Amino acid sequence: MPVETSLNIAVLVSVGQHPVSGRARRADQDARAVELGLTLAGRSLSLVHVGDAGEPALRQYLGMGLRTMTVLQEAPEADAASSLLQYFATHPADIVLAGVQAERGEASGLLPYLLAERLGWPLVPRIAQIRAIENGRAEVLQALPRGQRRALTVPLPFIATVDSAAPGARQTAFGPGQRGLFDIQRGLAQADVARAEWVEAQARPRPKRLNVVKAKSAAERFKAATAKPQGQGGQVMKQESSREKAQAIFDLLVAEGVIRQ
Amino acid sequence: MSDVIRRDPRTERILRNRLHPLHESLAGGPVRGPTGLLRRNPHAVGFIGPNGLKRIDRSSTGPAPSGRDLRRSATTHSEEPALPLHRVEQPDFYVAAVLDMAGGRLTSHDRDILGQAQQLARSGGGQGAVVAIVLGEAREAGFDTAGADRLIQVTHCDGQALDDYCPERKLAVLQAVEDQLGPRFWLFPDSVHGGADLGARLAVRLGERPAVHAWQVTETETLCRGGSGRIDIRRHTPRVLLLAEECALPVDDSRHQALPIQLDEYPDVRVCIHDQGLVPVDPSQIPLAEAEFILSAGNGVRDWDQFHEVATALGATEGASRVAVDDGFMPRFRQIGATGTWVTARVYVAVGISGAVQHLQGIGRCEKVVAINLDDGCDMVRRADLGAIGDSSEILAELLALAREHRGGKDTDATVPETLEVA
Repeated sequence: MPVETSLNIAVLVSVGQHPVSGRARRADQDARAVELGLTLAGRSLSLVHVGDAGEPALRQYLGMGLRTMTVLQEAPEADAASSLLQYFATHPADIVLAGVQAERGEASGLLPYLLAERLGWPLVPRIAQIRAIENGRAEVLQALPRGQRRALTVPLPFIATVDSAAPGARQTAFGPGQRGLFDIQRGLAQADVARAEWVEAQARPRPKRLNVVKAKSAAERFKAATAKPQGQGGQVMKQESSREKAQAIFDLLVAEGVIRQ
Repeated sequence: MSDVIRRDPRTERILRNRLHPLHESLAGGPVRGPTGLLRRNPHAVGFIGPNGLKRIDRSSTGPAPSGRDLRRSATTHSEEPALPLHRVEQPDFYVAAVLDMAGGRLTSHDRDILGQAQQLARSGGGQGAVVAIVLGEAREAGFDTAGADRLIQVTHCDGQALDDYCPERKLAVLQAVEDQLGPRFWLFPDSVHGGADLGARLAVRLGERPAVHAWQVTETETLCRGGSGRIDIRRHTPRVLLLAEECALPVDDSRHQALPIQLDEYPDVRVCIHDQGLVPVDPSQIPLAEAEFILSAGNGVRDWDQFHEVATALGATEGASRVAVDDGFMPRFRQIGATGTWVTARVYVAVGISGAVQHLQGIGRCEKVVAINLDDGCDMVRRADLGAIGDSSEILAELLALAREHRGGKDTDATVPETLEVA
C-alpha cells in the first residue's frame, strides 16, 4: 500500500516494561502501532505521549525514523484521557492508533474506549493490518484467536488498537533517536482521584486450581485415584476398506467444522 | 389419650442386641447407637452359598447381594442423583454475566464467570439472581447446571443477526438490560473472544470504571493483575468487572432455574463498523501453538509429497514428531511434543505417529485426536477418538480424493483458495 501523506495519523505511545528485567523500553504493541502508522503515512506520522518527556525510553520511538514527538507533560497521577481529549480537540486526526493495553500500571486498555466514546468515533479493537483507505472508509483486518483474520470496514475518523499479531516493529536506531525533538505541551489534566485509593503490591502467584474429588464413599475415592485417564472410548477401524476409513476421518473433520463448507 | 411418650424397654433391649433372634424383624431401617452414630452389622453382609459357607461378593459387578438393605443401596446407586434446584422467585437484585459462548458453547471461562456471579448473588443482603446474557446463536443446553437463574438470549437486534462482529448492536442489547433490570454487578470474561471488548464499551457507556484482569473478587474488594502481570492492585469492587480465567470455581453442585427473560425495547444504534467476514488465512503461516487443525507426520509416513498435498487440500497446519524432524523431513519449528511446541489444536490428525510420552504431552490440550497407524496397540491409537488402522499412504490418498471431491462440489476451477499472507 502506497504512503499517503494526506492522511493525518496519530499514534499514542507509552513507556513499556521489559517482561523479565522490568526495565523501561518502547512498549511492544505501541511500537507495532508506530510501524503500522509509518507504512501508512511515512514520516508525517505524529506521535503523542502523555507523561514525562525526560523518560529516555521514549527516544526508542523516535529512533524508528521520526523527527518529533508531542509530549503532553503531566504528573504521574494525572488522568491521561482528559489530557488527550483536549489535544485532539485542537489537533484533528483521521486515524488514531494505540496498543491494546499498557505494559505497566493498571493496563486496563480502556483509554482508547474512553477517547472513542467522548469523541464519538468508532473503535476497532485488535487490528493486524489496514488494507486500504478509500472514499473516507478504511478496510482493516482484525486479528482473531487461532491466527484467524476478519475484514471490517469503518469510516474515518476512527480509533484502532493494534494487536500483537500485527507486523513486528522495525529496529530502533540510537543516534536518530537521541537527535529527535520533543514538542512539549503543558497538559491540563485532572488528577485521577479514584486511583489514589488503590493499594498496589508486587504480584503474588495465583493459586493453581486443584482437582477436587467429590467422592462420597471410600470405593469411589479409590476408583478416582487409580482410574486410568479418560479417552479410551475412541472408535478403532480395522476391517473397513481404506475408503471407509478416510470417509470416517473426513466426516469427523467436517463435523468439527475445521473443513469449511 | 395422653401424649406421654411410653417407652418399651423390651423392644429397646432387642434393638440394642443385634444377636437377639427377634432383632432383624424389629430393626427395619438403619440402627443408631447411643451416641447417634450409624451402626452397621458386619454379619449381615453376604449370603450363604450352596455348600453352606458364607460368601461375600466384593466386586460391584457380581450378582446382586441378597441382603435387603444392600439391594436398596444398589438401586439408588445406579441412577444419577438429581442436583438440588436453587430457586430465586423474587430476586432483590440481579448480577449480569455476559458470556463469550465461543463456538456456541459455554467455555470454561464462562463457567468461572457464572460461578463468580453466583458467589456475588449470594453474598450481601438479600437474594440475588444471576442473569446469563447470551448474544448470538448458542448450541448449549446446560445453562441450568452452569448456574444461570435467569437467561437472556438475543439472536437478532435491529433485524440483524448478532453472530458477526457487531459491538454497537450488542452494546445496545446490554443497555436495554441495564434499563430493564439495573444489575448490581456486570461481569464479563476478560478474553480475546469479545468479552473484554464488550465490557470496556459498556463500562465507558455507563460511566463506570471497571476492574480489569480481576482474579479475586468479593462483594467489597477486588484484586486485579496489573500491566505485564507484575503488580496486584487491591481496590473497591466496582459495578463492571472484567474477570480473568479461573477467578472463581464453577457451579457444580446445584441446578438453577434458567428462566428466560424477554427484553422490551432496544435503544437506537448507529452502526459504523461493518463485518466483511472471515478472511481465509494460509494455514502454514499460522503459529503451530495456536493452530486449530493440525495434520502431523511421524515415522510411518513414506510419501512426503503426498503428505504435504493432503495438508494443503484439507487446509491444515503441518506438524511433525521428533523422528520426522531428526530425519530431516520436516523443519525443527514444526516439531510437536515436550521439546517442541505444545499445541492446543481442536482437531489433531496424527499420521504414522506411535505416540511417545513426550509427544502425547505436547498434544495434551487437543480436543479431538485422529490416529492413522499400522499398529492398533500403540499409545496414539489408544489416545485417539478415532483410530484408522492401515497403511497411511493408502488412507491419505483416499482422504486427498475426498477433499478434492468436496471442493470440486463447490467450484471446479480453483484448486487452492486465495489465501492471506500473515506475518
